[in-house]
Amino acid sequence: MLPVQELSSVEDFKANILEAYPPKIAKKRARQIIVNKVENTEDVPVIMANTRTIPGIITMRGCAYAGCKGVVLGPTRDILQITHGPIGCGFYSWLTRRNQTRPTSDQDENYMTYAMSTDLQEDEIIFGGEKKLRAAVEEAVALFHPKAIGIFATCPVGLIGDDVHAVARAMEEKYPDINIFAFSCEGYKGVSQSAGHHVANNKVFTDVVGQDDTFSKPGEFKFNILGEYNIGGDAFEIERIVEDCGLTLHSTFSGNSTYQEFSSAHNVDLNVVMCHRSINYLAEMMDKKYGIPWFKVNFVGAEGTSKSLRKIAQFYQNDDLAKKTEAVIEREMVEVAKVRDDVKSRCEGKTAVLYVGGSRAHHYQDLLREIGVVTISAGYEFAHRDDYEGRKVMPSITVDADSRNIEELSVEADPARYKPRISAEERAKRESEGFEFADYHGMMPDMEDSTLIIDDCNHYELEELLDRFHPDLVCAGVKEKYVVQKRGIPMKQLHSYDYMGPFAGYKGAINFYKEIDRLLNCNAFKFTKAPWDTEPELSATYSYND
Amino acid sequence: MLLRHTPKEISERKALTINPAKTCQPVGAMYAALGIHRCLPHSHGSQGCCAYHRSALTRHYAEPIMASTSSFTEGASVFGGQSNMLESIQNIFALYDPDIIAVNTTCLSEVIGDDLKQIINRAMGDNKIPPGKTVMYASTPSFKGSHVTGYANMLSAIVQNFAVATGTRNDAITILPSFIEPSDMSEIKHIAEEMGIKYIMYPDTSDVVNAPMDGKFHMYPKGGTTKELIRQSGDSRRAIALGRVGVFPAAQLLDTKCKVKTDILDLPIGITATDTFVDTLRKIAGVTVPESINDERGRLVDVLCDKAQYVYGKKVSLMGDPDTLFGLAQFCKDAGMQVLHVVTGTPAGAKWDRRVKELLGDGTIVKSGAQADLFYLHQLMQNDKPDLLFGNTYCKYIARDMDIPLIRTAFPIYDRMGHSYFPITGYRGGLHLLIKVLDAFMDRQDRDAPEEKFELVM
Repeated sequence: MLPVQELSSVEDFKANILEAYPPKIAKKRARQIIVNKVENTEDVPVIMANTRTIPGIITMRGCAYAGCKGVVLGPTRDILQITHGPIGCGFYSWLTRRNQTRPTSDQDENYMTYAMSTDLQEDEIIFGGEKKLRAAVEEAVALFHPKAIGIFATCPVGLIGDDVHAVARAMEEKYPDINIFAFSCEGYKGVSQSAGHHVANNKVFTDVVGQDDTFSKPGEFKFNILGEYNIGGDAFEIERIVEDCGLTLHSTFSGNSTYQEFSSAHNVDLNVVMCHRSINYLAEMMDKKYGIPWFKVNFVGAEGTSKSLRKIAQFYQNDDLAKKTEAVIEREMVEVAKVRDDVKSRCEGKTAVLYVGGSRAHHYQDLLREIGVVTISAGYEFAHRDDYEGRKVMPSITVDADSRNIEELSVEADPARYKPRISAEERAKRESEGFEFADYHGMMPDMEDSTLIIDDCNHYELEELLDRFHPDLVCAGVKEKYVVQKRGIPMKQLHSYDYMGPFAGYKGAINFYKEIDRLLNCNAFKFTKAPWDTEPELSATYSYND
Repeated sequence: MLLRHTPKEISERKALTINPAKTCQPVGAMYAALGIHRCLPHSHGSQGCCAYHRSALTRHYAEPIMASTSSFTEGASVFGGQSNMLESIQNIFALYDPDIIAVNTTCLSEVIGDDLKQIINRAMGDNKIPPGKTVMYASTPSFKGSHVTGYANMLSAIVQNFAVATGTRNDAITILPSFIEPSDMSEIKHIAEEMGIKYIMYPDTSDVVNAPMDGKFHMYPKGGTTKELIRQSGDSRRAIALGRVGVFPAAQLLDTKCKVKTDILDLPIGITATDTFVDTLRKIAGVTVPESINDERGRLVDVLCDKAQYVYGKKVSLMGDPDTLFGLAQFCKDAGMQVLHVVTGTPAGAKWDRRVKELLGDGTIVKSGAQADLFYLHQLMQNDKPDLLFGNTYCKYIARDMDIPLIRTAFPIYDRMGHSYFPITGYRGGLHLLIKVLDAFMDRQDRDAPEEKFELVM
């Protein structure tokens, strides 16, 4: 635990930050900037999250469309995706999120490099764009003959009242062998990307998952990973490891994924969740409808990966699987330990702050901890209270007007296909033995006392934080990157990984250790100040003639 | 293989745009606003637009791009964005202290019909705008035009808000550049300076989006044209617009509002267009072209004469923004290359299409506007394969599939550095561009040569 005087310094800092705000905003931010205190192993203070961004603030957040099309659906290579709206949204969600994909053959469909849009023009905004959307679907079918088409609504489409769902239904009637579905993910929905994740989960659940009862990958231990988007090849590394353990990864939602894997995803025995924020809804709904249990895992960090693999093996209660898993862990940890110890010798004691997305601000603390880097502050762009405080607070989360606009599906057990993978008694028994299902403890219990937890951190607060605490490393997104680096502080993008990776799994951990070593110890940032900037100016004269 | 679903046969499409050769207005407006000193761009709509625009510009420049947003949620979309805008103005001045807030609208605020003029007047009435500060706006709906239109609209709004004719002329020449890189803006200033001409140029993004690293973060970097200079441009004795689609409305406005006679030229890319620019400057300023400019010109001509064999007759396809494309077309013609295709998603107008055709001849396929996209360009290229492609980063998929070199000259460029530091305008920019083209062809020749034809001296 940090010394007590540190606590007063963070309290102080919080007070200073709030002073600059108009009173109403200061009051709101006071509830979103929290000095962490963990009691009884995981009781933490209440944080306010998932509330409106303050107008005029330079924010790190994006919109519902970005969360739906960009994050959740974007990485699937063979669902043809049409953005319905003016050109911008479609353009910006085109390939910038680095979801790598690897079709099994040259003949497989791969639409990842295509950005499709109805490119609405003024006339269509005035007279309605449904006709153009129908025509666009027809043209897409004629050119590509896809298995499935997703349609994504943008802000103006919602306002002019285009019924994207009616168009999807009509087009599906016309092309019965193509699954056509639409998302009401207008950018103004909710308060951040989070609304879009929820919208995406709902539609994938109702229109895609469960459509194919026949397909199943071979293998004894089949499971899905939810909330892994294959940034920089993370999913490839996870696929490698779990295969070596003897597990069958049926589908990844949605990194390196296909429509067939999604539509048959209910034919497995287990769901594990990586990014809790973006996809916990789907895990929950699949549990209710099909009886597939889920728990939270973390493949970021070598320790996290080992722990997650062991938990998955434990779930199946098979000695052979457990043995194989241990062998893989032992094998992989040899190289990991070697690099980790070397890197740690140069990075131990350095400090970091992380402001990223949903779960990454939590997961990456594990990797940093492994090489001795201390996280002094962290927060999420679009999380809810449960991501900070753990799922136990979910019943106490109040639903505000912005969240009420996102549909909450009522899900019941499927009369024909509900099959509890483990019986209620067995589940209770395992739980009593300490095995947790449907769990997530949140980020705050994992962080030290007196660290600062900042929800929806903005530009002004980030700058103040850098001024006050001088961290050695910042992890955030591209909009923050150069703000930080101009000061000579290295910044690691944790949305795009600065075009490196993978950072998940064992090889990923090694990559990340080396990358942090480079950032903290390379020469480049030492050139920030010229030699003549660091010493006071001298004036002198020759004394030759004296 | 990354674009394996693009067939060679071209079928007509009316509704589906695939791989757009343009993006939306606000990003261009944001870029133009960044070229004004101590100006904070503000996006009036939901926050996703601002996030996307900042990300796009940040990736393109690898620089901090600061801009705020009204952060609409559903409530604001229903009840109007006035309260969000008023709150934004108050918060922005309290926290970021800009001299100017340059508001651009979005699809959302346009469709709900927010009246920004009225909202800004209201803010003034409520004393929410501190003395000496300005809040201005440009209407930039994304369902019209492209990012170039947005740039043009913000530039017009800047003229509208700041340029003032006092009745007393000054001796400056106002230069209004189209949507070009900060390096190109520097090069244009360099030419005017070498010629000893007093000028006012805006916007000027040099030293803003290509600022040096000095260990500090500057919310408002040292670059950007000051409000005072823009005001004085209303009294300038003459103006030159460089480019047409991205500048015409602003040039016209400066002429009608302040009676500043304006020459509209093409962007000075390549020898011919730079000659016209220099010659126009010489005549209207009444100066002699200095030896240094003649030397710069001479070096470009020298290299072209020396190495013309590597470019002459080569076939190229061009993708990008209309003003830059016209310049590149002239550059290619100067160098003896044959332009097969010119594609821009920006609706540049029939006149632009006609001028490109007049310049390049009927053999060139020219397509602009909402129906022109990279899918179509790729199809054209499959039917008539060029040796080289000029275009933005997204063209790298076409270049890879076609196995031809790509020279990145458009917006956005996410995967290479240099565009913000090394110009393509002026004679020096022409030399830089020519060397890039020569490198591409000579590297290619080296790569493809059989061993007995592998030359040491080229």
